[in-house]
Amino acid sequence: MVQTMIKTKPLTLIQAINDGLKVMLTEDENTLILGEDIGKNGGVFRATVGLQEQFGEQRVVDTPLSEAGFVGAAVGMALNGLRPIVEIQFLGFIYPAFEQIATHVTRTRTRTMGHYSLPMVIRAPYGAGVRSPEIHSDSVEALFTHLPGIKVVCPSNAYDAKGLVIAAIEDPDPVMFLEPMRLYRGERNDVPEEKYTVEIGKGKRLQEGEDVSILAWGAMIPVALKAAEKMKKENISCDVIDLRTLYPLDRDIIAESVQKTGRAVIVHEAHATGGVGAEITSVINDTSFLYLRSPIERVTGFDVPIPLFALENNYLPTPERVVHSIKKVVEF
Amino acid sequence: MEANYPLFQIIDKDGEVTSADYQDLLTEEQAKTYYYHMLRIRTYDHKGIALQRQGRIGTYVPFEGQEGSQVGSALALQNDDWLFPTYRDHGATLTFGADLNRMLLHWNGRIEGCVPSLEKNIFPASIPIATHLPHAAGAAMAETYKGTKNAAIAYFGDGATSEGDFHEGLNIASVFNAPVVFFNQNNGFAISLPVKKQMNSETIAQKAEAYGIPGKRVDGMDVFAVNFVVKEALERARNGEGPTLIEAVTWRFGAHTTADDPSKYRDQAASDATREERDPVLRLERFMKKQNMWDDAWVASIKEEIQEELDTAVSDMESYEKANSDVMFDYVFEKPAWTIEEQKKNFNALKGGMF
Repeated sequence: MVQTMIKTKPLTLIQAINDGLKVMLTEDENTLILGEDIGKNGGVFRATVGLQEQFGEQRVVDTPLSEAGFVGAAVGMALNGLRPIVEIQFLGFIYPAFEQIATHVTRTRTRTMGHYSLPMVIRAPYGAGVRSPEIHSDSVEALFTHLPGIKVVCPSNAYDAKGLVIAAIEDPDPVMFLEPMRLYRGERNDVPEEKYTVEIGKGKRLQEGEDVSILAWGAMIPVALKAAEKMKKENISCDVIDLRTLYPLDRDIIAESVQKTGRAVIVHEAHATGGVGAEITSVINDTSFLYLRSPIERVTGFDVPIPLFALENNYLPTPERVVHSIKKVVEF
Repeated sequence: MEANYPLFQIIDKDGEVTSADYQDLLTEEQAKTYYYHMLRIRTYDHKGIALQRQGRIGTYVPFEGQEGSQVGSALALQNDDWLFPTYRDHGATLTFGADLNRMLLHWNGRIEGCVPSLEKNIFPASIPIATHLPHAAGAAMAETYKGTKNAAIAYFGDGATSEGDFHEGLNIASVFNAPVVFFNQNNGFAISLPVKKQMNSETIAQKAEAYGIPGKRVDGMDVFAVNFVVKEALERARNGEGPTLIEAVTWRFGAHTTADDPSKYRDQAASDATREERDPVLRLERFMKKQNMWDDAWVASIKEEIQEELDTAVSDMESYEKANSDVMFDYVFEKPAWTIEEQKKNFNALKGGMF
């Protein structure tokens, strides 16, 4: 039997995003990227490096410093047949565009009964732990999971990042694509050179375990895995789930895992109250209440503005805090 | 500054032509077209208020006084252009080709009323203030990208010029030379706040200077003048010369909405007293009479035609099938999300007989 070898290359998460964008710019001339400093500069994190050179200023558009302006312009482009991808320099800079997202991006399809769809992607680096200035570290995914009409995706490795960004661009609905900047250059994965997609709405089991389910995403994945590793020494095995999509959540993988282990620890770096962790708790309640052997634990950032970097490690969940919660649910 | 932005006018309050250069262009056909459309949307506007008072539709937004601005601008558009209205610009959208029946459905709280006619690019009315200006810029940029000669127009009021999206929309459009016309209807009030308290600049048109684009000020009660200015701006846009900001100085004779009481913040008797001088429909009538374009039989016939069209639309609106709750679930995503599918299923299972 002849096997077709899939050619791969080792890429960082941010290189994989660049690769995914390049695939889609090549495939569809109606796809274009808009954002600040994304052209000559290739983006402050270099996610778009080389793209303007290859595809020109009409396709990779350096915009004025104007989040509401270019998210709004992308709405106009999307309803007029283009597929815009918007880069927000940091998620914490999205607030001026929040009105556009809440009042137009998320509801144009509903209010026109499908006459105008908005196939657009909003990409934004997010998260603390890279010693950036105030606001730059915000992780406010729950602001978007709460708005009906937009999907929210958050990869944690290069393979998923390329597959998910392509799926997001191909999705006929608006997608918020959150990039954990702490993982941009953390490690390299083998990423297929060709086009592939990772299905939006599907989580992934990273590690099989029997005693407790750890549910996390984005930059909290390495934290969850480290905690799981520590537990091995104490003969506690963890089922580690990377949710990958925060809206709509993969209810099946959550239920399957928790029904097996009977215990759940949710880890997110965003603030606790009203966070996606609360929604996951509700999914567990709906699907797996009678399987639970202990109350669900949440390990999260605190309900405080993310502190300047002298204290950011106090704010962020650590493997030790996750271990503490795992022990709590196991010993309950 | 006001002197730099003189109010462009072709026909004065008495119906006299003030600008001889345009005399030859003021044809009977044009005058009759404008008169028909202004009468049509005014009749509709009066009916909208009456229907709201009778509890047959919800809150309604009147525009009486702004017919010259809305008809003059909408008739300057070409078939494939884009129109981005606010909630007060239904006169303009009706004139451009929006469906009257759907418009009434909209005021009756039906989402079906937001769906544009298939033949025209009309975005549903923007409810937030000024947020549709960047959309118009983006839709126009997309037309340039596609290599067409189509343009976009965005309507907005004086209050919108205080919002950030006004600035962002004009700035983006000017930086990218987008074929778009920003059509401001300065009707003097943003709900209760007079324009003098809205801004410190003498005109809205002058704000164009900040973006390096032309700014024009036009008498919004003069339908001919509005049409010429908007046509000229659209022509510039199609020729690749970029956006224009137009300030049409107009007036709303009535309230902000049917839920508003304008006598709280202005003298309505004084406002009504200006009808003699300012009413755009009356002004066109005077012009037509002076030019021997007026024909009583024709006016009677269009009145009857408009009334008939309106009566049919109201009766269609009232006999429209009952709203189906599936509509609120079915269009949120093109690729459904399980959360919404499940909520719809559970709601439908529960409601059997409840509603």
